[in-house]
Amino acid sequence: MISVTLTNSKEHVTTSPKGSKFKPKTALSGGIIYLGLLIFAVIILYPLYWMFVSSFKSYDEIYNQVWSLPSVWHFENYTTAWSKGISSYFVNSAFVTIITILLVVLIGSMAAFVLSRYKTRWIDVALLFTIGGLMMNPQVALIPLFEILSWSNLINTHWALILPYVAFRLPLTIILIRAFFLSIPKELEESAIIDGCSEFGVYFRIYLPLSIPILITSVVLTAYFAWNEFMFATVFIDSTDLKTIPAGLMGFRDALRTDWGVLLAGMVIATIPMIILLVVLQKYLVRGLSDGSVKG
Amino acid sequence: MSIKRIKIVPILLLLPSLLFLGIFVYIPLFQNFYNSFFNFSVFSQTKEFVGLTHFKELFDDKVVVIALINNIKYAVISVVCQVFFALVLAAILEDRLLRKFAPALRVIYFMPVMISISVIALLFSFIYNPQMGLLNSFLELVGLEQFAKPWLGNAGTAIYAVIAMSQWQSIGFITMLFIVAIQKIPHELYEAAEIDGAGKIRKFFSITIPQVKETMFVNVLITVTGSILVFNEPYILTNGGPGVSSMALAVHMYQLGFLKDNMGYASAVATLIFLLSAIFAIVQIRVSGTGKDD
Repeated sequence: MISVTLTNSKEHVTTSPKGSKFKPKTALSGGIIYLGLLIFAVIILYPLYWMFVSSFKSYDEIYNQVWSLPSVWHFENYTTAWSKGISSYFVNSAFVTIITILLVVLIGSMAAFVLSRYKTRWIDVALLFTIGGLMMNPQVALIPLFEILSWSNLINTHWALILPYVAFRLPLTIILIRAFFLSIPKELEESAIIDGCSEFGVYFRIYLPLSIPILITSVVLTAYFAWNEFMFATVFIDSTDLKTIPAGLMGFRDALRTDWGVLLAGMVIATIPMIILLVVLQKYLVRGLSDGSVKG
Repeated sequence: MSIKRIKIVPILLLLPSLLFLGIFVYIPLFQNFYNSFFNFSVFSQTKEFVGLTHFKELFDDKVVVIALINNIKYAVISVVCQVFFALVLAAILEDRLLRKFAPALRVIYFMPVMISISVIALLFSFIYNPQMGLLNSFLELVGLEQFAKPWLGNAGTAIYAVIAMSQWQSIGFITMLFIVAIQKIPHELYEAAEIDGAGKIRKFFSITIPQVKETMFVNVLITVTGSILVFNEPYILTNGGPGVSSMALAVHMYQLGFLKDNMGYASAVATLIFLLSAIFAIVQIRVSGTGKDD
């Protein structure tokens, strides 16, 4: 207890006498809580650990020795997975994700700028139009989008994913960025305009540079969505060469049949970029998810 | 000159967003309503008007009933696990005693949220595999082999196996939302309660819960909406099977449209999904005050 208080001294923890008494009963319930947290951590981590370890195994070992470490580490599972298709899925996913991010952040921040700076009846309508977009969901749009993309000959191209991804990410992104823009003091832009800065210059030279944190949050949330999206990626893209990782993995499973080690290696490759994102940009991710409070 | 520029610049900046939203979000919505009144196929451009036939069909379709019940099961179990369990978990993780371990545990619990659903679903098809699956092997290991079964191949357990996977993936997400909410609670409230001699459990019920009430409500809505829309999990793990035992509304819609080529009726199912989810979405937008100026 004392050590905890010491390490948190800067947070002015005032421990009441009652709280600091070391009762056997609290020690026991504390132990149960630690055990519960530990078991839950194992339930979460073990399948991921198993996926990682088994990705180095042969089919026989995955089938017959579920729990053991590989007797021989088959690193070639990774090169096989990479050459048998994961490389092109990976490149496709990277392309779709990057273009989606660029469009969402650029278009979204432009709209957020206007929606935060002007106040007319039409701006209110545009804001309502944007917020209303949160109500829509990809499931309901699936068949009509399939029609629209077929008519415009975009089906089975990467644009069949990028354009709907951008559209479905815009409402949340605009709302997040607009909320941030509203906090930027008006005096800054007034003095900039006096100095001869154009309207566009205010957006580009003042608002964007001041909003880097929220822009990073938008990038992370969009990356997370575009990298993992499954339904559109499965329905709108038919040819194997164009598939992104989530959809490609399903075809990969069917093509490999029992080559489980290679499949698991492909799954690990698909996961790595997102784990890196989580570790490196955790702060922005958490903030975005909680500000947006919208799943996926 | 300058007046004119000021009027045109905002329109140019706003236009791309409005176009994207109009073309890819709003037009599909209205087109979906329109499509519900027609019979048509993926490959033909001609649509045959059939009036309200598809909506009548909805009421006679036993699969819709099964799917709706499964979606409700999904919602109820998800609210209990993700909202109530996640709240308790978040409160524990924010407790002073856990300061040392909490950051690591938070990252661990959050990991599955970051992983693509197709990776998760493929991983769980290994876990549920009747021959070598981790779950059955584990039950054997601890002497409970009488409970081992083909989890996904059994009509009675398939939907629960799918729901269980969703809980595994999503608890960390809702927990994180609660953690952020708990961190915003003023410290003085807890200190005052401690001076009054309140224990941890008392503080949880008298301070934490009332203070995160709004987050809790929003999280319930997020979870319920997600359960109504659920597609990926049942589609990848069971494709609605065995039979139609683990069907969800969105999977039914997909199969009707793209496998049975009954696009008109599939659109009617999509309309039903939209109406169910829109109610919750509107409440959520109002409660969370999205787009307010403060």
